[in-house]
Amino acid sequence: MFDQLAERLQKAMKFLRGEGKITEKNMAEALRMIRLAFLEADVNYRVVKDFVERIRVKALDEKVLFSLIPAQQVIKIVRDELASILGQQERKLKFSSSPPSIFMLVGLQGSGKTTSCGKLAKWAVSFGKNPLLVSFDLKRLAAQEQLKMIARTLSLHFYEMTKEQMSHPPDALQELLKFTKNRGYEPLIVDTAGRLHIDEELMEELHLVRDILNPTETIYVGDSMTGQDAVKSAQLFEEKIGLTSIILTKLDGDARGGAALSIVSVTGKPIKFIGTGEKFDKFEVFHPDRMASRIIGMGDILSLIEKAEEKADLEEVEELARKLHKQEFTLEDFKKQIVQMKRMGSFSQILNLLPTAGPFGDISKIDIDDKKILYYEAIINSMTQKEKENPKMINGSRRLRIAKGSGRPVAEVNQLLKQFLEMKKMMKKSQFKKLLSSLPMSR
Amino acid sequence: MTGNLKEKLSKTRETFKEKFNEFLRSDRSREEILEELSESMILADVGVTSTEKIINSIRQKSKKNDSFLIIKRLLEEELIRMLSQFSFDFNFNPSCSVIMFVGVNGGGKTTSLAKLAYYFREQGKNVLMVAADTFRAAAQEQLLLWGKRLNIPVIKGQYGADPASVIYDALQSFKSRSYQLLLVDTAGRIHTNINLMNELEKIRRVISRQIEGAPHDIFLVLDSSIGQNALVQAKEFLKFSGITGIFLTKLDGTAKGGSVISVVEELKLPIKFVGIGEMEKDMLHFSPHEFVKALLS
Repeated sequence: MFDQLAERLQKAMKFLRGEGKITEKNMAEALRMIRLAFLEADVNYRVVKDFVERIRVKALDEKVLFSLIPAQQVIKIVRDELASILGQQERKLKFSSSPPSIFMLVGLQGSGKTTSCGKLAKWAVSFGKNPLLVSFDLKRLAAQEQLKMIARTLSLHFYEMTKEQMSHPPDALQELLKFTKNRGYEPLIVDTAGRLHIDEELMEELHLVRDILNPTETIYVGDSMTGQDAVKSAQLFEEKIGLTSIILTKLDGDARGGAALSIVSVTGKPIKFIGTGEKFDKFEVFHPDRMASRIIGMGDILSLIEKAEEKADLEEVEELARKLHKQEFTLEDFKKQIVQMKRMGSFSQILNLLPTAGPFGDISKIDIDDKKILYYEAIINSMTQKEKENPKMINGSRRLRIAKGSGRPVAEVNQLLKQFLEMKKMMKKSQFKKLLSSLPMSR
Repeated sequence: MTGNLKEKLSKTRETFKEKFNEFLRSDRSREEILEELSESMILADVGVTSTEKIINSIRQKSKKNDSFLIIKRLLEEELIRMLSQFSFDFNFNPSCSVIMFVGVNGGGKTTSLAKLAYYFREQGKNVLMVAADTFRAAAQEQLLLWGKRLNIPVIKGQYGADPASVIYDALQSFKSRSYQLLLVDTAGRIHTNINLMNELEKIRRVISRQIEGAPHDIFLVLDSSIGQNALVQAKEFLKFSGITGIFLTKLDGTAKGGSVISVVEELKLPIKFVGIGEMEKDMLHFSPHEFVKALLS
């Protein structure tokens, strides 16, 4: 759902990468792009305003400006901010320690409450629960019938409210509670009438249900296609009823899903499930961290950045960068690079962290033989200092000696030397030089 | 008494003077005013691209020292002009018309259809409704209950049946009796589901084969709280089923429905009705003037 947002954000990031050093000026441009990306994705205007301001403050912090790769740092900041809005980790639906647990679903008309009730019940059954469904929608025509039919389709129990009961909701609710306890149903899933949040009378009705049932979870069902109003509705439900979690629906469409960010940031409550279709198995547990990464379109490249910063010997990296600049890159440096990379894990692991979409697309598809790269280290270790500095002097007999010393076939020594020379050639190309000049040389 | 009146008059004069002054000059620059107006447009779901486009045209039309009220009025006029471009009339054939409702799930198709049925019944038309949503649980019952309440006959189908076949049956009774208007309720569908969209195309084909020129109107039902996806949806529904207008629902909430502006502008489609409640009477003809006023408030 966040494809378009991701695309726009990545454009902003690409712009920053091209800029190399981060200044107040190009950061302002990047922030403008980020702002537009979020607004186009229907994230609420004020939520965006706050969000962009927080990024601005963090991004212009010294640590970022002088970091290894400033643009990547900004990406990380955006991602972290997103994750901090969406919540860092998935949160599980809370079940009561003394059953029955009661889940009450609330929300606007047409957001998908009744369908979500069915999905939630089916999900509960999947780990051995015995849910009971009940509808307190006394207003919409055939609302009772809808949940009843869903219950029948899923072979679940449905508590039918009689006309008489409906005219005395407080008594009806007490009876319902007693019934649920006596029969040992767990959880009780309560559907409520969809309402516009400005409808005071219906809000009172919701209060009644809430006060008598005392739900374990009060779940707001939000439509992912909602625009700016998502904030207002969710906020009012939070204020008037008090919410504990969120189900986001209709994610099978191509809506840009900004409502998710608006709802969560304004209520501070976690999204626990997402609905991705009309069928009852189209219901997934929500992973906020993954969603944040997906929005940024970065796969798990962020943990890669973290790893790099954590494991790399910064002085060595800078020395390397300096040498690259001056075209003094030797085999010794090549080895150091290998050692650095090794600290971050195996190459295939690293490549797995790269997103398949975007600029890394081709790289992540490459099949890399980890062992071969480890052998490279051994081969370089078998060279003399002179050889490392001037690989051109490595003739046939030297190659044979190096092969013997490292325990690898001569062919591999040849391959390494060939690759190294190609690398050096590549470094002379203008594109690469441009990339290098974007690296900060000192801190 | 006289003193009192005098006082009152002078008060009125004061307020008038204040207003007039505010109208004439403003302590804010044009850019600040335009910024504020574009904020309210974005908050009303007009969307960044459309907002920027419209605000730019207002920038050109206004003068540098124009006050807030003048600029706002220019904007209102521009928006009203955009929304009034296309005819609000029905493509109506008084003796025999078919109107079809399409849209995504939960937009309010069935309720809107019932409202329109009531509206025409009140005008003395002989109306028939068909519940062609054979997928969603209790969709049939929902329309049947509406029929009972409004005393309008409903043709229903079996759950899981091909909606086109239900409509075919409905068309037969529609033609054989003295009905003047057939209202077709279809199942909600997310526009990215190609199979379901093809199904709509088939439904339309079945209708047009039975009655020439039908369906005369196809309304896309849009929830006014929808964001920028409105345009995408409208495009898709236009492509598969053809739509002749928008039925904007749930405008009684706090949502402003601004995303329809780009639908009107880009797809050259009028908004025909707005829904403002859950009862059959809660429907209005679309008024660009009032819509725009609410949008910028």
